[in-house]
Amino acid sequence: MNKKNIDNIIELSNDLRWQIGDDFHDNLTESIYADAANIVKGTVRTKDSEKHFRLDSKIDKIVTSKAFGFPIMFLILGTVLWLTIVGANYPSSMLANLLLDTIHPALKSGAESINMPWWLDGFLIDGVYLAIAWVVAVMLPPMAIFFPMFTLLEDFGYLPRVAFNLDSLFKKSGAHGKQALTMSMGFGCNAAGVVATRIIDSPRERLIAIITNNFSLCNGRWPTQILIATIFIGAVVTDSFSSLASLLAVIAIAVLGMAFMFTVSWALSKTVLKGEVSTFNLELPPYRPPRFWKTIYTSLIDRTLIVLWRAVVFAAPAGAVIWLISNIHIGNESMAAWAIHSLDGFGFLLGLNGVILLAYVVAIPANEIVIPTILMLTVLVTGIAGGSGAGVMFELDSMHATGDLLRAGGWTLLTAINLMLFSLLHNPCSTTIYTIYKETKSLKWTIFASVMPVILGFVVTFLVAQFWRLFF
Amino acid sequence: METKIKSACETCAYFNAEGLKKLGINTENFDFVVALAGNPNTGKSTVFNALTGLRQHTGNWPGKTVTRAEGGFEYNTQKYKLVDLPGTYSLLSTSEDEEAARDFILFGKPNVTVIVADANRLERNLNLVLQILEITDKAVLCLNLMDEAKRNNITIDERSLARDLGIPVVPTSARYNKGIPELIQTISEIANGTIVCKPHRIKNVPENIEKAVKTLTAKIEKEFPSIPNSRWIAFRLLEGDAHIINALKSGEFV
Repeated sequence: MNKKNIDNIIELSNDLRWQIGDDFHDNLTESIYADAANIVKGTVRTKDSEKHFRLDSKIDKIVTSKAFGFPIMFLILGTVLWLTIVGANYPSSMLANLLLDTIHPALKSGAESINMPWWLDGFLIDGVYLAIAWVVAVMLPPMAIFFPMFTLLEDFGYLPRVAFNLDSLFKKSGAHGKQALTMSMGFGCNAAGVVATRIIDSPRERLIAIITNNFSLCNGRWPTQILIATIFIGAVVTDSFSSLASLLAVIAIAVLGMAFMFTVSWALSKTVLKGEVSTFNLELPPYRPPRFWKTIYTSLIDRTLIVLWRAVVFAAPAGAVIWLISNIHIGNESMAAWAIHSLDGFGFLLGLNGVILLAYVVAIPANEIVIPTILMLTVLVTGIAGGSGAGVMFELDSMHATGDLLRAGGWTLLTAINLMLFSLLHNPCSTTIYTIYKETKSLKWTIFASVMPVILGFVVTFLVAQFWRLFF
Repeated sequence: METKIKSACETCAYFNAEGLKKLGINTENFDFVVALAGNPNTGKSTVFNALTGLRQHTGNWPGKTVTRAEGGFEYNTQKYKLVDLPGTYSLLSTSEDEEAARDFILFGKPNVTVIVADANRLERNLNLVLQILEITDKAVLCLNLMDEAKRNNITIDERSLARDLGIPVVPTSARYNKGIPELIQTISEIANGTIVCKPHRIKNVPENIEKAVKTLTAKIEKEFPSIPNSRWIAFRLLEGDAHIINALKSGEFV
């Protein structure tokens, strides 16, 4: 290879470029299109009208229309949620029966028969095992229903239509239209949503999508929302409307999350992440009948089990911590009680309480264990009978019993509403935080993405509490 | 035990199920590299899964594949490494996806490039096909989504298409595993040199450009006698593609 010759070639190309003018790119593209048209003319025949395309575009006209686009979106979201809520109940209680009421006592008596010391038995079985059992019982059924339904919608081709509907909103907030897709993924799992932002080319818009993904209510938080809404919001209206009211409350929280996503995206793109909105072509793919069983299988294996495994890995140490802080005493108070009392004042300002705040600190690894932790800590502090001992996570069999316990712990409608708000607006779980770090490779943005939602949560719950106390 | 009913295909000499082993992610000691290119949402990932036996998640939205997936299969004791490239509409712009796809076909020098095209939208898909054929002469067109095309009453004369493009054309419905054995057979024949392609080169180029391209191509071929895509490099140089100019300088084409 001769360097001079290559320089000659490049020089020649520069000269020729001047000679042929700046239409080169367009001319070449036109030539390619002309060739393609020629080839197609000789080889492709389309019999009569393009019927199928017409059906597709008819469906598109409705699902992406100004009038029906959004209602249909919320209807589908509502249906998916409703099926998840209703469908998950039964397998959840079966799993709880098996893992908590059958295996747990068996493990306990087994430990007793081999004379395991109480602290080891408590640490392992009441701490680690129970946390894992909880996550499996609470998380597995809704995920096993939600993810396949979501994947079916995705395979059918509905998601790009969602992106299409939301595109103008994202554009107005200075973000990328494809963020609609990553946002939808976040409804399943924020960590998965953060990974999915790789489809966004522009680093600025990708960062916005990563930071705001936490505002998509994830799987670990749906059960909390649903339980609290059922107990407290459903109780406000008459019995016949209670499940509708709770469903609407949960959807309202999810929609509020989307509102926060747009607002924060907008604020970011106006301040620290300024820049042009990049345009992109979103092709609306044809609707395709999903391959039902294959989809169910892959979404169970690829999504459900992987997410569940991650949750289990993070829940086990959390269970150990819960047990430890409830059983290690400083003076004559357990660490948990001490922490709760010192957080109570701040909690009151936010319309929450020390128990909830501590539960959220402990539950950083996995949002799923928030409710069991709250119940356990409430029993610990109030001394109400019903629990199974210090540091043992449990969930009461009926919603009524759970509600009674929480009310005895000083809960009001305000506490419930603010818990729902705080569940939406707090730091991402540790899995997501770790994923954000892996994707951004930036400590600064990881910290920002973790702390910003908590601060928002504090502000929002504080304001709600103050107004509430002013008016009620 | 009941034996599984064999399809008629399995009795055909063309079909060689015994010779096929799906290797999943095991891509060690491969004999050939196969690149999988195509427009977004044409079913590249589905073809990839059908060839490797992997279950990489496929989704009905463009841009699904965000990381370059690799997998392998073995056919008649030869090992193939399969690389799933990001879907692109063209190779002429400088977006990250297009550069990744283009660089792999150009510098990765795959033994075979499988171009997956949507049979329902052939004309638009040909845009990319024709560009790839300027870069490599070892390619096969996988005409996918034939089931949908049939539903849409679209018929394609595959033999004329193959003649026009100068490469083999294999109709498939990868979702239902149809046409995959034929695709594998064709890949192996191209890799082993049994099929020699004479790819279509872009015609209809305005005269003044064609003249410039010819002058430049001659120069490039003089410097790199064994280069298969001198014309395409000439196109890129005329476009002023800094990436290609640098590659030329650093000798990446040798």
